[in-house]
Amino acid sequence: MTLALVLAALLAVACVVVVALPFLRDPEPVSDTLDELDAGDRRRLELVEARDRALAALKELEFDHRTGTASDDDYRALVGPLRREAASSLQDLERDGAAHPAVGVEEKGRPTGERTS
Amino acid sequence: MAELGRAALVVSLSLSVYALVAGAAAAHLGRRRLAFSAQNALLAAFASTLVASAVLLSALLRNDFSFTYVARTTSEALPTAYTISAFWGGQEGSLLLWLLVLTGFAAAAVRLNRGWARDLIVWVVPVFGAVSTFFAFLLVAVANPFATQAAPGDGLGMTPSLQNPYMLAHPPLLYLGYVGLTVPFAFAIGALISGRTDERWLVATRRWTLVAWTALGIGQLLGAHWAYEEVGWGGYYAWDPVENAALMPWLAATAFLHSVMIQEKRGMLRVWNILLVLLAFSLSLFGTFLTRSGVVNSIHSFTQSSIGPWFLAFIGVVVTVSLALVFWRLPKLRSPTKLESVVSREAAFLYNNLLLLALCLTIFWGVVYPLLSEAVRGEAVVLGREYYDFFLRIFGLPLLLLMGIGPLIAWRRASLRSLLTTFRWPTGAAVVTGLVLLALGAGSSVPGLIAYTFAAFVITTIALEFARGTRARKALGATSWPGAFSSLISRNRRRYGGYVVHAAIVLLAIGIAGSSAFDTVAEAKLTRGQSMEIGDYRLEYRTLDERIAANATEIRAELAVSRGGRDLGTLEAGKNAYTIEEQVSNEVGIRSDPLTGEDLFVIAEQIDPDGAVYFRVFVKPLVNLIWIAGLVFLLGSLITLWPDAREQRRLVERAREIGVPATR
Repeated sequence: MTLALVLAALLAVACVVVVALPFLRDPEPVSDTLDELDAGDRRRLELVEARDRALAALKELEFDHRTGTASDDDYRALVGPLRREAASSLQDLERDGAAHPAVGVEEKGRPTGERTS
Repeated sequence: MAELGRAALVVSLSLSVYALVAGAAAAHLGRRRLAFSAQNALLAAFASTLVASAVLLSALLRNDFSFTYVARTTSEALPTAYTISAFWGGQEGSLLLWLLVLTGFAAAAVRLNRGWARDLIVWVVPVFGAVSTFFAFLLVAVANPFATQAAPGDGLGMTPSLQNPYMLAHPPLLYLGYVGLTVPFAFAIGALISGRTDERWLVATRRWTLVAWTALGIGQLLGAHWAYEEVGWGGYYAWDPVENAALMPWLAATAFLHSVMIQEKRGMLRVWNILLVLLAFSLSLFGTFLTRSGVVNSIHSFTQSSIGPWFLAFIGVVVTVSLALVFWRLPKLRSPTKLESVVSREAAFLYNNLLLLALCLTIFWGVVYPLLSEAVRGEAVVLGREYYDFFLRIFGLPLLLLMGIGPLIAWRRASLRSLLTTFRWPTGAAVVTGLVLLALGAGSSVPGLIAYTFAAFVITTIALEFARGTRARKALGATSWPGAFSSLISRNRRRYGGYVVHAAIVLLAIGIAGSSAFDTVAEAKLTRGQSMEIGDYRLEYRTLDERIAANATEIRAELAVSRGGRDLGTLEAGKNAYTIEEQVSNEVGIRSDPLTGEDLFVIAEQIDPDGAVYFRVFVKPLVNLIWIAGLVFLLGSLITLWPDAREQRRLVERAREIGVPATR
């Protein structure tokens, strides 16, 4: 009984230490704010996702054409709009990059989650 | 040591509550250290639950009957392997396994994804905390496995039907499946609360969903094999409510795994995908409720307990909160694109989803109907096998066909000319197969004949996809044919792993159709020396033996089997009388033909004191394809699950482009 209670107390203490670890390791941080995506990051993420989708669709169509799943006629009908879609998403991304120049992680000064002091 | 187990559970509960409260506060206030602290609490909750599990396992292995749970589920004579399986053989132990897997999955999912989706993860942690709080609370307050008593001389033993090697793997795999569905649920809810409805929650949970889905699939097949060998009624799936409880979330997860591809490739079905994840998780909770509440009478369920209302309340909260969140975030979930044509691959995926969901909801209705009829009319009306079989044919056969149609249609749209070309060979194979089977007499079962015809269509499609893909890879510069084949799979594991899984489903369909639509049965009461015939088999009853095993008395009737005059050896069928448990089980005799996949299945229904035995014998064509399908299913799942370095690089590159650290 006593041994069980001692072990239980040790377990509880160990768990408290693990939970408190971020505060123990970094008692006086320069910043305690979460590194979240701002509105610009999120807009850029959506553009990057749209670009990747368009490029992947083109790649898939090329492969389907090679395997015969997409006929020559279907390929010709689909490839144009897909290319335009991909080009448009690339342009959107470029425009966004020009309007809001990308800043490196360090330059943004985001807390990385590791010790900051 | 029961005190240590109890204390460890209280610690797990405290840590889960902390992960919920501190996690939510950290996410809301944007506090970094508090967020990490909440994440650590999930890890510590896993460690603490591990300690509680070790205490219970140790008590089981020591036959410490001062633990009420150990005394209720084991005995001195129980073999060690089954003593270990008693961990999940009872209500409290299986709940502990739930919590162990849940906290383990939660800690791992958070740790693996917090580098590149940190702003999403902070909202996922409190969701994990909420679910684990519920299970830890149940263990502490309602179904504690560490209740103690004055130790009796021996335990009550284990239900005989659970004393089977399949029980070592079947329940833990189902738990992995049920609990694994918490991961996509937590990420979906986290994405809804935080408004981060971009693709990242899908990418983060895709593999977790696949793991859960695979475990649930294999777990069900093992359960079916257990029922086939151990329950001894001549079948493998009885549409039992608890069997259905595992099938429903699997169907919902199957629909999600298909529709998620439409979101990734076309940006469509965002609301639908979230709803499917919520449905799969809610159904996994509903299945757990069915198994544990005692509301349904099933060979698979635990006894009546007070746990039901808690589960029902939790399911109610989960469904209400989830739907409210979806409604709140509807404007953010609008798709930027629309379906271009009803003849396209995404349309085929959509039809597949509708059929899967229809089948899932039909089964759900069949499960809840007796409960509703009892509540309304005071009499439980059970929907029988005919109800389920009818809807399995109505929805299952088109689903089977769609598995073959989908890969033949291009994304976005396909012309009639293109369809005529791609459908040519699969349709030809299906027609020829149908005609040959009709000539061989398979027309006795129309659904069976249709199933085989569709199966031929799908198999031809899959073979063509691999052949054409390999040829295309070779043309693109692969040095050899094996190299081209390997490159084909490694470059698109999800697509080609998926085709292997489709091949497994085809094998399953062939096995089910063969063994249910074309099986034969014969019954006879025989005395020693007498014989009976079924098909071209002849069985002669020779001897009846009684022997004493470690925990049971085994009575076996020996039958000499021959086919077309050729001796096939002997087969034993009988009963086991379990002394401690005071129960008797059927022990069936099965002779499998490795070439045809057919089983000769013998049940000794009744053994008279004078040695006469009432036998029921089945011949089940192709039934072994069902179990082979399990292996193929596992292979396909592993191909799909295998880590993809290209995808990892793409994620890192994407994160770098938007200026956030990808890995840390």
